Amino acid sequence: MTIEDLYQIGALYREQLASFRAEIQICGSGTCRSAGAAEIQRAFESVCEEEGIRPEIRIVTTGCMGLCGQGPLLRVLPGDVTYTRITAGDAERIIREHVINGKPLKERMLPEDYPFFTRQTPVVLEHMGRIDPESIEDYIAHGGYEALAKAVTYQSPEHIILEIRNAGLRGRGGGGYPTGLKWDIVRRGTSQQKYVVCNADEGDPGAFMDRAMLEGNPHAILEGMAVAGYAVGATQGFVYVRGEYPLAVDRMKRAITEAERKQLLGNRIFDSGFSFRVDLRMGAGAFVSGEETALLHSIEGKRGQPNPRPPYPSQVGLWGKPTVVNNVETFANVAPIIHRGARWFQGIGTKRSTGTKVFALAGRVRDTGLIEVPMGTTLREVIFDIGGGITDGGSFKAVQTGGPSGGCIPEKHLDIPVDYESLAQAGSIMGSGGMIVMDDSSCMVDVAAYFMEFCQSESCGKCIPCRVGTVQLSRLLDRIRRGVASEQDIETLEELCVMVKDTSLCGLGQAAPNPVISALHFFRPEFERHYRDHVCEAGVCPVHSTEAAGDAAGIESGGAHV
Amino acid sequence: MSTRKRFATIWLGGCTGCHMSFLDMDEKLLELPALADIVYSPLMDVKTFPREVDICLVEGAVNTESDLRMLRSVRESSVSLVSFGDCAVAGNITAMRNTGGKKAALQSGFGSMGEALAVGDDNPLPQLLAQASPLHQYVAVDYFLPGCPPSAELIWYVINELLHDRQPVLDREKLRYG
Amino acid sequence: MSEIRTLTIDGEMISAPAGATVLDAAREHGIRIPTLCHLDGLSDTGACRLCLVEIEGNNRLQPACVTRVEEQMVVRSSSPRIEKYRRMILELLFAEGNHVCAVCVVNGHCDLQDLAYDVGMDHVRFDYLHPQREVDSSHDRFVLDHNRCILCARCVRVCDEIEGAQTLDIAGRGVASWIVSDLEERWGEARSCTSCGKCLLVCPTGSLFEKGLRHADSSRKADFLRYMVNVTRRQK
Repeated sequence: MTIEDLYQIGALYREQLASFRAEIQICGSGTCRSAGAAEIQRAFESVCEEEGIRPEIRIVTTGCMGLCGQGPLLRVLPGDVTYTRITAGDAERIIREHVINGKPLKERMLPEDYPFFTRQTPVVLEHMGRIDPESIEDYIAHGGYEALAKAVTYQSPEHIILEIRNAGLRGRGGGGYPTGLKWDIVRRGTSQQKYVVCNADEGDPGAFMDRAMLEGNPHAILEGMAVAGYAVGATQGFVYVRGEYPLAVDRMKRAITEAERKQLLGNRIFDSGFSFRVDLRMGAGAFVSGEETALLHSIEGKRGQPNPRPPYPSQVGLWGKPTVVNNVETFANVAPIIHRGARWFQGIGTKRSTGTKVFALAGRVRDTGLIEVPMGTTLREVIFDIGGGITDGGSFKAVQTGGPSGGCIPEKHLDIPVDYESLAQAGSIMGSGGMIVMDDSSCMVDVAAYFMEFCQSESCGKCIPCRVGTVQLSRLLDRIRRGVASEQDIETLEELCVMVKDTSLCGLGQAAPNPVISALHFFRPEFERHYRDHVCEAGVCPVHSTEAAGDAAGIESGGAHV
Repeated sequence: MSTRKRFATIWLGGCTGCHMSFLDMDEKLLELPALADIVYSPLMDVKTFPREVDICLVEGAVNTESDLRMLRSVRESSVSLVSFGDCAVAGNITAMRNTGGKKAALQSGFGSMGEALAVGDDNPLPQLLAQASPLHQYVAVDYFLPGCPPSAELIWYVINELLHDRQPVLDREKLRYG
Repeated sequence: MSEIRTLTIDGEMISAPAGATVLDAAREHGIRIPTLCHLDGLSDTGACRLCLVEIEGNNRLQPACVTRVEEQMVVRSSSPRIEKYRRMILELLFAEGNHVCAVCVVNGHCDLQDLAYDVGMDHVRFDYLHPQREVDSSHDRFVLDHNRCILCARCVRVCDEIEGAQTLDIAGRGVASWIVSDLEERWGEARSCTSCGKCLLVCPTGSLFEKGLRHADSSRKADFLRYMVNVTRRQK
């Protein structure tokens, strides 16, 4: 495979695409599939057969189109018309009226200026939902693997690292560590063997960015990993995907096989001296395996438990060798940067947080789904302009970012820009991109308790503050929920939050108290209503007065008095 | 109006071992009345817990409903409340029943009668609480005196300090569990 | 001779060989830092968090057992905050399992108890969890009482690193973690166990003990490791 071969594959495929009279793209992400995308596709195929136009029409399953809340989604080209909430019964009308007669169904199609799409800046999601994730040619036809070709043929590893550093790319898993710096440390490592690992162990409740990218454009991730491998001098990569993502696993496996067949992975890529293989490893259901040192243990076949850092994986990583560990979205940003240059990337986002961020917008917002916005976009824009505001005319209460490690942001902070530092200042974190919008039907005590229970059940048990501290925190929060907590309990809760944060071994434990700390900070009156007045405004918590609570729930304890 | 301190001890869900150790204070037992009036104790013939007690040592865990009632009234009447012994401080052996639950505890103690004892309002025994707990789960505790039982010397040290309005400090040398 | 690093611990200038841990350096100079999962002769895991120390210029507390000494490092082994955290860690442990000293075979010879005396733990403010745990007495000579286990993994490490049997490991997650033998067999059925008893010697609590052991002869002898490791190093 040479660069010329690559261009030729792309040109051929684009010719093929142009030869079709029309193209029907059906969203085949996990969400739309569960809503019947496969059956819809069969219906469209058979209507085309009946009409005798099957060979002229390209019907293709794509990755996530983004507007998950209105799925299943379907797009018709030419014209780029998007239809929402498609059923198999729609096939006849769309084929006959739109595809054959050229009259789009006005009442069913999404307006062209629908803000959910127009307000976004797609960089890593540029081809998502538009290409066939199971066709490497389709990826190549959209400029795929050109960045890798350019890198290994014309650029030095140092130059690539400089480019990534200049672009200002920071870890999209939420840590925000400068990617170029990390790569540089690995590159300077003296070991003969180095590794590149893609962390696709997405586990935050309400987050599905990585899943969508793995399902929708797996080659973009492989290309980013290969460029990283070239830059740091690694010959082996691993993609660590959580086992709960079977479709993502299938598509990633398929992509690896296809790339190997085309010699885009393997020995002497583009006839250069650079060889790079990628293997896939599946997680077995532990949230903590998303923590990088635990993830590496898991790849090594050990129990997924974290190690104290330092040393960092970039110094002592997989099997003790220098290892790049980056998140899916970080790798997906690499090819665009190499393609268009650091300067272009710097032009997006803010000074300290360049580029875009993908968010999974979920919860009580009108349009839920996958979005990509420039860093620095305000939360208000994301929730009200892109997401269309609160569903069913409810009123906004809080937005949770960063999952179990993050926090809740109230109305008064909605105008903060979305970037690493601003979110951290507001007591939350950027996190990997989960964004859960809540209205009056949510109780903040209940939300805090939910996340704490999550952390408790996902604690690996290695260190004491996280293993036992999260249990005690859960119990204290449960007392507040039941309206049997004392003032003393609240003091203990706050003290324990700080202690667990300061003393836990890894990020899971250190961040576990965050949802509680931020809920207490912004919604303290709501907590007080629970334990002083035994009232849960949202009507979610099982509060009753202390006396009644006692025997009904078999609780005798009013909490510790010291 | 006497300025003498009013001193009391009570016994909840425990084995009286702590009170036995209290008796082991030997000649100090004679010093105690010189410093304080013993106004209530299993060692005396007093039926109701008096009001306005300065220092009360509470032995045992909170195990039954009557323990809880007693503890609350003791707390109301006492200036300083001391958790006396491991059961009061930590639940200890009394709380070992908590792992299996209330039913299992009654069954192991009373066999087939356990079931009946666990419910009926008319049974002669005080109702077991769902769990046996240390005192500070229910009321504020001022001083903790662990040990199973605490040694006579340690008991005297704590009592003596309190009777002289000093804070007893249990450091590494004095602390003992079990 | 290896290189020497000079650092300050608690205001005292001390020197230590490069590669030594802060804990080694401190103990070498008679500065006491409490530990529970650390044991001379076993690998360090940084799990118990008792040895957390303040290092100037680092906003996170660092475990002394795995932090390497650096030139000009300024370490504080204790502060009101650290003392508070150490006590809380011990309270959490006592609340987690079923630690009834009064009926324990190692009462008076127990690392956990000893550390609690050190921090002046006169009571535990957290809810006792009272988990239902088993006592595995299926082994001919030894007993594993899960009620007293604090999951420090000393036994797991000694079984792997010193004896080489790899009988013991940890299964489960969070507070539901527990020590298992082989593939979750009862200990007596674990065929890889050599009955060497090293796990008993390193257990910091009464979780592992010998059948028929009297309380009077229950003192632990974890020091044996240091000699073993030294001897094997010398042989190499």
